[in-house]
Amino acid sequence: MPKLDVSRRGLLRTGAVAGAGLALPTIFTAQSAHAFTNEPTGGTVTLGFNVPQTGPYADEGADELRAYELAVEHLNGGGDAGMMNTFSSKALQGNGILGKKVEYVTGDTQTKSDAARASAKSMIEKDGAVMITGGSSSGVAVAVQALCQEAGVIFMAGLTHSNDTTGKDKRANGFRHFFNSYMSGAALAPVLAGAYGTDRKAYHLTADYNWGYTTEEAVKSSTEAMGWDTVAAVKTPLTQTDFSSYIAPVLQSGADTLVLNHYGGNMVNSLTNAVQFGLRDKQVNGKDFQIVVPLYSRLMAKGAGANVKGIFGSTNWHWTLQDEGSKAFVKSFGTKYGFPPSQAAHTTYVQTLLYADAVERAGSFAPCAVAEALEDYEFDGLGNGKTLYRGADHQCFKDVLVVKGKENPTSEFDLLEIVEVTPVDQVTYDPDHPQFSGGALGTCNNGA
Amino acid sequence: MFNLSKKDLSLLILVAVLTLFAPFILNPFPAGSAMAQFNAGYPDLMQRFVIFGIFAIGFNILFGLTGYLSFGHAAFLGVGSYAAVWMFKLLSMNVIPAILLAVIVSGLFSLLIGFISLRRSGIYFSILTLAFAQMMFALAYSVLTPVTGGETGLQLALNDPRILGASQTPEGNIPVPGLFGLEMRDSADLVIGSWVFTFNVGYYFCALVLLASFYLSIRIFRSPFGMMLRAVKSNQQRMNYTGLNTRPYTLAAFVISGMYAGLAGGLMASMDPLAGAERMQWTASGEVVLMTILGGAGTLIGPVLGAGFIKYFENIFSKINDNVLHSWFSFLPDGLENAVVFIIHPFIGKGWHLTLGILFMLVVIFLPGGLVEGGQRIRGWLRSRKSKDNGSASHETNPAE
Repeated sequence: MPKLDVSRRGLLRTGAVAGAGLALPTIFTAQSAHAFTNEPTGGTVTLGFNVPQTGPYADEGADELRAYELAVEHLNGGGDAGMMNTFSSKALQGNGILGKKVEYVTGDTQTKSDAARASAKSMIEKDGAVMITGGSSSGVAVAVQALCQEAGVIFMAGLTHSNDTTGKDKRANGFRHFFNSYMSGAALAPVLAGAYGTDRKAYHLTADYNWGYTTEEAVKSSTEAMGWDTVAAVKTPLTQTDFSSYIAPVLQSGADTLVLNHYGGNMVNSLTNAVQFGLRDKQVNGKDFQIVVPLYSRLMAKGAGANVKGIFGSTNWHWTLQDEGSKAFVKSFGTKYGFPPSQAAHTTYVQTLLYADAVERAGSFAPCAVAEALEDYEFDGLGNGKTLYRGADHQCFKDVLVVKGKENPTSEFDLLEIVEVTPVDQVTYDPDHPQFSGGALGTCNNGA
Repeated sequence: MFNLSKKDLSLLILVAVLTLFAPFILNPFPAGSAMAQFNAGYPDLMQRFVIFGIFAIGFNILFGLTGYLSFGHAAFLGVGSYAAVWMFKLLSMNVIPAILLAVIVSGLFSLLIGFISLRRSGIYFSILTLAFAQMMFALAYSVLTPVTGGETGLQLALNDPRILGASQTPEGNIPVPGLFGLEMRDSADLVIGSWVFTFNVGYYFCALVLLASFYLSIRIFRSPFGMMLRAVKSNQQRMNYTGLNTRPYTLAAFVISGMYAGLAGGLMASMDPLAGAERMQWTASGEVVLMTILGGAGTLIGPVLGAGFIKYFENIFSKINDNVLHSWFSFLPDGLENAVVFIIHPFIGKGWHLTLGILFMLVVIFLPGGLVEGGQRIRGWLRSRKSKDNGSASHETNPAE
């Protein structure tokens, strides 16, 4: 039983404690005091660059990070301003974003959704990042996008090709500049029909995960619309490194075309196996056997070496493009790092500029204002020609490149040649297309 | 109190103080200073500390007491998270049913896997558990995509039924997990001078669960059941020859530690409603083994320390980049600055695995008993110094813990 202390000292003590107790609520600031999550109040604004630094896509991640550093340099007025000069919007002044100097924090996604979310969370909770961007896999993109929606910050997706990112898993706070599986299929099919005819029997090998499924579906439906037959579609485990046992049955199936819905190390290995098995020297149904890789990247082409020669695929952007924007970007990237950028670097650089520009035009960092500025925004001069950020699903619509492995590469970077630039109309689809259905954008979230 | 000996009670109180004051302890540097990089007192990391602490405590009940090294414990963590997220999707966003289901489902899985795996011991047991976990990972990653969300992970959606709750908030967003209206992601900031301390609802919820699990683990360690498990570790054959069937004891330990893992998984999903298959990968199972060994296998507090240590490195060191380094060493002359950054570069950012690996080797070589042994040595050293100062060297030998 505590004794009631009525001495002078005791009274002072209780008084002080009570006073502190009363004052306590005033020094606690609930985080909802801000208008939106991580509202930048000082002279700087922090962006979070969340890229794979370890794991299977570490190469892409490193290139993304280089592009981000370049973009920050340009936004702060350093360097030669790169694509800011060719960008159709002139809102960016080279004095940061809304006059605030751009700072950044980096993190490692490890290409695991858990690690990516942990890293993004620490950027939001600890470093006060107002926008998260990056990643080199659709699983990570979808996971981080959902997190950003919840936390009330903008997510600018990096390299993510699955339909789901802006399909069934789309979110109001997430935006994707990169193209997707559907666009790959729609762009590739006519070129394939032109090169190999409309009477082909295709055999799909598909990486057994989300991106593989959507790519297989997209390529299948586009080529079947051209008159091709799909003989079989076989799933391969993501961790598979030797594909010989999957290649052998291809010849017995009567198929004359092999579609490799693989990416990264998977694609390098499966293509190498297929070429070593001599598939490309075979004649089936009176036609030359052909191989197709729906999603190409220069870094993968490098891994597969001479095996990519003459093989068709699609890509978002390639450094040999001759428009002003691409030239300016390749020049400033090359000056800084000594080699041309990859498509991963391009899309992340563009995403950073687009975000900064949207903030300038909106006059606010508030996610809902930024989202409104990006939705249905049309721009040009960022390397892909005229582009639309569609408001209905936050997907960019632009020309898609169909490329082919170069027969006589002049350098280790010059591995792909552009066969055709498929115009944007040919790859546009309805927001409620069956391959993208099942999700809802929801409403934008400004957070606390 | 609580039926604990004085020593155990003081340990429990120490853990309670550490967890409750973690927002202060983990944020020793003022915000905005160069050292703020090393602050770990933000909600997500603090939650991870205690959640992985729970995971490691449970693992230690199996590995530390019986000596059975399970290499597939992450599978139960994953199962727990999936169960919890499904509960969020179908029932309501309240965390209690989600966590309960997570514990029950992981208990069932561990009963099945334990029943089969415990027919063997030693390395064969480890391999069996590893095989089961990899199997579950592969299933979750691709074959069971409709149930687990596959590579993308299981996520909440706007059109989930949520029978006892709302499918969406009035603003048209997905509701967030909470405890009877108290949202797990709610935080309050306390600003004292240039220090910022964050108090997060979810963290304190996890901390209370950690204290309860820690208390339960002490009781298990000190119970006759715990003694039986220790006997299994020291000589199982002898126990069998005396006519004792040890299988029920080991199976019980396996199921208990599996349920701890499920609890951790359920909490993880409650803090961040997503369940990814990577959580079940063998690297995640290896991580909890590392945590336990790093902290001190068979000790009570060791696994919690080990979990904190590894998560700290994963989240803090991986985020230091060259830019940060340059800002730290900017007081040095240019050439020297670049040289210093060049030397440190391989150990930070993507090199955090390397730093952690080196530290792990140092601990295992010089402190085979883990961080707990380090603490004991320091205490012993301090004590011997004090007794030397008093000039009366005491010759009593303290019983080893």
